[in-house]
Amino acid sequence: MDISRQKAEQETLQRKSIGFWIYLMTDCVLFATLFAVFAVLRPGTAGGPSGADIFDLPFVLVETMVLLVSSFTVGLGLLAARYGYKRQAIAWLVVTFLLGITFLVMEISEFRHLIAEGDGWQRSAFLSSYFTLVATHGLHIAVGLLWMLVVIIRLIRFNFKHTDLGRLSLLSLFWHFLDVIWIFIFSIVYLMGSLS
Amino acid sequence: MQTLFGRLTPQDFVHDPIMAGAGIAMVGALILAIAAVTFFKKWKWLWQNWITSLDPKKIGIMYIIVSIIMLLRGFGDALLLRAQQVVNDANGVEILSSDHFQQIFSAHGSIMIFFVAMGLVFGVFNLILPQQLGSRDVAFPFLNSVSFWLFFAGMIIINMPLVVGEFSNAGWLAYPPLSGLQYNPGTGVDYWIWSLQIAGIGSLLSGINFFVTILKMRAPGMGLMKMPIFAWSALGSTALIMFAFPILTVTLALLSLDRLIDTNFFTTTLGGSAMLYINLIWAWGHPEVYILVLPAFGIFSEVVATFSGKKLFGYTSMVLAIIAITILSFTVWLHHFFTMGAGADVNTFFGIMTMIIAIPTGVKVFNWIFTMYRGRVRFTTPMLWFMGFIVTFTIGGLTGVMMSVPAADFQFHNSLFLVAHFHNMIVGGVLFGVFAAFTYWFPKFTGFMLNERLGKMAFWSWLVGFILAFGPLYILGFMGAIRRMDHYDPSLGWQGLFIVAGVGILFMGLGVLFQLAQVAYSIWKRKEHAVGPDPWNARTLEWATATPPAEYVFATIPTVTTRDAFWQMKKDHKTNDRPEHYEDIWLPKNRSEGFIVGMAALVFGAAVVWHIWWLLIVSLLIVIVVLVVALTRDDTEKRIPAEEIAREELRRATV
Repeated sequence: MDISRQKAEQETLQRKSIGFWIYLMTDCVLFATLFAVFAVLRPGTAGGPSGADIFDLPFVLVETMVLLVSSFTVGLGLLAARYGYKRQAIAWLVVTFLLGITFLVMEISEFRHLIAEGDGWQRSAFLSSYFTLVATHGLHIAVGLLWMLVVIIRLIRFNFKHTDLGRLSLLSLFWHFLDVIWIFIFSIVYLMGSLS
Repeated sequence: MQTLFGRLTPQDFVHDPIMAGAGIAMVGALILAIAAVTFFKKWKWLWQNWITSLDPKKIGIMYIIVSIIMLLRGFGDALLLRAQQVVNDANGVEILSSDHFQQIFSAHGSIMIFFVAMGLVFGVFNLILPQQLGSRDVAFPFLNSVSFWLFFAGMIIINMPLVVGEFSNAGWLAYPPLSGLQYNPGTGVDYWIWSLQIAGIGSLLSGINFFVTILKMRAPGMGLMKMPIFAWSALGSTALIMFAFPILTVTLALLSLDRLIDTNFFTTTLGGSAMLYINLIWAWGHPEVYILVLPAFGIFSEVVATFSGKKLFGYTSMVLAIIAITILSFTVWLHHFFTMGAGADVNTFFGIMTMIIAIPTGVKVFNWIFTMYRGRVRFTTPMLWFMGFIVTFTIGGLTGVMMSVPAADFQFHNSLFLVAHFHNMIVGGVLFGVFAAFTYWFPKFTGFMLNERLGKMAFWSWLVGFILAFGPLYILGFMGAIRRMDHYDPSLGWQGLFIVAGVGILFMGLGVLFQLAQVAYSIWKRKEHAVGPDPWNARTLEWATATPPAEYVFATIPTVTTRDAFWQMKKDHKTNDRPEHYEDIWLPKNRSEGFIVGMAALVFGAAVVWHIWWLLIVSLLIVIVVLVVALTRDDTEKRIPAEEIAREELRRATV
């Protein structure tokens, strides 16, 4: 492969990285809109429960910790991959994947619990906005898990190429981004919600 | 049956005569097109050269073809609406029932904005932008194809009601609670939501794509302040897309959730807030206006400089104006509903911001006029569109400032005055801009000019028709005529003005006929209209390549030293320079995944509308699997060897 070709590939990777950053910013606007909707509709409980009545803070704290740790492990995975330690990278990614699954399962069980109590999204505007905001984050996590699965399979089946490494660093970027969003959800939805 | 077909029943295929006629015509045209392609054995050609192509020049042409067809449809809607208002149920003649009238004005607005104006803007971006930047391609060619096919899917979904189901009757922005389940239980609003949602995601992806293209794909030496103004306007427009379209995505999703799973975002009970919807939709909707009009500003900046034979006056102030508009357009959305009662303080703020945003726009108007000043102005068709635009757009701008005064707006709100105002902006601004672009850049891609005589006849018909059609609406608005009104009391004496408006739209129709004739005649007589690569004596880089451009566009990427790079090349007599040797060029291979994703999205949309859940899951799975396959592909580029380029360049030079 000649030098100009390598340079072109390098530029492609760079473009993808910038494009992905910009995509994340648009996703940020998406979440910002959902947060705004939540802020507006939070008082709209229509005689139903408010946040303080339904949130189980210790449970959510564990959920938060699971996600935070997974953000750490995906970073370790990327680091290992950069040094070319294939096994280690795969191992950390699998750990991250399992933590992600745990997070999702916890979130779904929280939802099921609320619905069983009769506090589903149909109950009030507050609950509609709560479910939608948190589930949109959950949906992103699910997409991230699918992506992670593809990366793991590719790592197992093929040797490292720098395109794979590029994809992995974008994935870790995505995962950190979801972590940041979750911090906001935890603070604004759960913590501030429990205070009121 | 219900699991298999959802809420779809044979009854849904029954329509009243006008809609059935339109539906049959559409399906007929489709069958005819399929038959023609089959008869001439062109399927393979269509698949390889167009459907799977990642070439932005081809994707751009496909955008423009779809948009022109939709323009004809939207125009037909307008004719029906005006006919109803002109006749006004006189002697018991009812052209459209109230419900049908509502469906048609909703369709007219949605189609004109999303599938005409947006489509044309993306078409021009695809065709012009990379070349103007001295680039061979957009930043993400595959994403570009996905965007187009999502746009296409949205277009089909919004036209499906002609055949099955009904169209939304809730206006082009579908305000709740009217668009909620309680008042609109049918399929209309769902069609509207999912058409816009799918096309909107395509637009968002396109926005990111072109933004990165502008930032990262410019020719060496082309600093941001050396870019053509069209590229700057595209940068502003795509930045707005990135920040505005996610809001639309969320808003539509929430409305859809209200309708599908009984959430209470915008309902009137259980704490929901319809006013929230109206805020959200305009937080997207107002930037959307600038998303459309900024590229038109860019087009006119190129046109006026070329045909005045001068460099653009006040380049830096143009750039600053674009940036100012980009930022300010997020601070004015509330002027769409001063009457909602947000309070005097809030209304005052948004009123003042609205007046302020008129200032950078005014700066641009003066810059264009000063560009013409002491220039050697050539009155070609693009230039005529430009001058028509200056007049209509300034009128629209002035009436806009009138409405920005909240106290006055209580009179103008939702009147025909408003309707006249925004048609001044969108038709007189965006559409005239794209018409200018079409005539200006047509020879670039075909190698022959559009007939100037027919073009000028089209322009004058449009301009006269436009003034006749919308002038009376300003007056009617003052007299108290509200928008979306299918009949009125004859004693009000409005009919005369509606008849004038009706005559105006017939003139515009004549303009459309002239345009169709212009294209047909120019293709027929293309030998007489044939021209070289620089027919207008233009200034920017897209004219530096061959006509029509080769697939790889630039055999060697040019180095830029100044603004108006091509003008400089001409001054330095460098346009015929050939490099000593060529290098291999890598271009994206054809990909079918974009088309498949688009078609699966189309099925997905239809499945949601009709509540066919199994189909929804299947189509979603197809989208996911195809995307995973597509995004993990490595071998996506093909090589064009240097020898082949040298041969091709020599051939083009000798022709």
